[in-house]
Amino acid sequence: MNAEQQYIDLFSQTEAMICKHSSEALNAPRATAFADFERLGFPTRKMEKYKYTDVSKFFEPDFGLNLNRLNIPVNPYEVFKCDVPNMSTALYFVVNDLFYNQALPKGHLPEGVIIGSLNEVAEQHPDLIKKYYGKLADTSKDGLTAFNTTFAQDGLLFYVPKNVVVDKPIQLVNILRADVDFMVNRRILVILEEGAQARLLICDHAMDNVNFLSTQVIEVFAGENSTFDLYELEETHTSTVRFSNLYVKQCANSNVLLNGMTLHNGTTRNTTEVQLVGEGAEINLCGMAIADKNQHVDNHTSIDHLVPNCSSKELFKYVLDDQSVGAFAGLVLVRPDAQHTSSQQTNRNLCVTRDARMYTQPQLEIYADDVKCSHGATVGQLDENALFYMRARGISEKEARLLLMFAFVNEVIDTIRLDALKDRLHLLVEKRFRGELNKCQGCAICK
Amino acid sequence: MLEIKDLHANINGKEILKGINLTVKPGEVHAIMGPNGSGKSTLSSVLVGNPAFEVTKGNVTFYDKNLLELSPEDRSHEGIFLSFQYPVEIPGVSMVNFMRAAVNEQRKYKGLPALTASEFLKLMREKREVVELDNKLANRSVNEGFSGGEKKRNEIFQMAMLEPRLSILDETDSGLDIDALRIVAEGVNKLKTPETSTIVITHYQRLLDYIKPDIVHVLYKGRIVKTAGPELALELEEKGYDWIKKELGE
Repeated sequence: MNAEQQYIDLFSQTEAMICKHSSEALNAPRATAFADFERLGFPTRKMEKYKYTDVSKFFEPDFGLNLNRLNIPVNPYEVFKCDVPNMSTALYFVVNDLFYNQALPKGHLPEGVIIGSLNEVAEQHPDLIKKYYGKLADTSKDGLTAFNTTFAQDGLLFYVPKNVVVDKPIQLVNILRADVDFMVNRRILVILEEGAQARLLICDHAMDNVNFLSTQVIEVFAGENSTFDLYELEETHTSTVRFSNLYVKQCANSNVLLNGMTLHNGTTRNTTEVQLVGEGAEINLCGMAIADKNQHVDNHTSIDHLVPNCSSKELFKYVLDDQSVGAFAGLVLVRPDAQHTSSQQTNRNLCVTRDARMYTQPQLEIYADDVKCSHGATVGQLDENALFYMRARGISEKEARLLLMFAFVNEVIDTIRLDALKDRLHLLVEKRFRGELNKCQGCAICK
Repeated sequence: MLEIKDLHANINGKEILKGINLTVKPGEVHAIMGPNGSGKSTLSSVLVGNPAFEVTKGNVTFYDKNLLELSPEDRSHEGIFLSFQYPVEIPGVSMVNFMRAAVNEQRKYKGLPALTASEFLKLMREKREVVELDNKLANRSVNEGFSGGEKKRNEIFQMAMLEPRLSILDETDSGLDIDALRIVAEGVNKLKTPETSTIVITHYQRLLDYIKPDIVHVLYKGRIVKTAGPELALELEEKGYDWIKKELGE
């Protein structure tokens, strides 16, 4: 319990300071979360859910934390060039875990829409935050969620009222910025009331060449008939560790698209848990990972069909080069009442070298008898026949491999419902495969 | 232009080609016929450098270059084109990207600048007409979901784009209906110049009604056992291969 003990001590010593710099709504679940963390500790590989990512070991080194909420001397608008040009987004920044509110994007949002610092909104609308914050992210079940809830002080809140359509995609850029090895614990809370529609793009960047460890908990409440797209794009560096837990609850006839893309990273573990609690809800859960060197990408997903007539579609693709490691686990749980469920899960992976490793684990638990469920998982190499066909047309082996790898992940990019982002990703992925994308494309400082 | 001398080749340790000798001069059309399993497709695969086959003996020169030393892509750049018997489907790679990569790599090899997007699309449009290839097909993934006839037409379209000096048509007629056969054959004839040569591999005389050979060879058990003028194809159509086997004393 070495890794845990230093944080147990830290919290005991700094609880007052953490709470002082945070709102009451965020402080409310802290004590319970801390007790849960003391009990659970960090996940280890001995736990089935964390078999392929040893979370605990990443917490052993010493990291700085900004519990006293010092401002980071950086203007993200200066250092960060929009990552997705031609796409007019409302751009927001979270630097480490501080919401950057010095200069907010111009142009007004539809009435009633709130985007801002979770901490500040919690002061202005305590009832709203109390109603939702921590309600999906159950601290008693996951050590990382418990840890994040214990230490989280800020992040982003995105609220869309009933029947409001936010046309403009919202873009949140998480920038990791520090001079010493640094830990960040941020929260994102998304609430869509009945009939609301919105799209959120979250990009992760790491600015400095220090070791970063970030934990992130995202909670998404999708009300009846709401439509929500969440795109997460990670372009960090090899010394970054990201642990992200995403919890989604969908009411009747809601339509949610989640697409998590790991373009460049160090170690990444994404946990996604979706509950379909209202009939007619539809979830499209996609992801892709491109990894080389010693990069590690682990996506652990679960979709819980609690009621009848919901549909889920899942597609994850990995391209693993060098000694990189990928893991995918996909649990689809169809409860006894969830008749007429339609569920489809696909995980396809390319291991480009002999040293690359992929662990894939489809898990279907079906307790209803009138359902349509399918799953498929493959791990393979590039099609030799296709490679030869292309070479016979004069395309060099290197270029042919590239075209095939590009085609392979294209299926995931094509699920994106924002054309500008789709175009941008085509470019980013191509650059990535060509080895021209070492960190990120967007920020001036990363070059 | 092409000179094959005593060519032997194996697949998985089994010898398929047992000493092929063949000379093709510029402008000539050669037909290679022969019963199933005689090594016709192996010969075409070896000529374009399919790594599944191992050349154990002999040599092949193409315009004074040792062909067997070149990579498949460089053989293509030198002007050798194989119309595949079974064109490969490549899901997710669009015809446009595929052809652009192929054309521009060839240009790079020849020291020419890459085509601009508009030049390239213009070229695509022109060449598509040669084989009456639907624009819709050109916008799809390579061969994905194409019918048998469309795949073969697509092969000839690629041939038109790459303008090879030597085209090898490996059973391009198989799986084609009469109309498609005519279109494909007319495409091949339109692309023919006095400097370019063609090797037509086929089972049937039918294709040779459209693409007239100068020389007809019979390949049997890994060797060319008979070579004659176009009348040989007609004779084979009429009599089958048995008389040749008899001639060989089998």
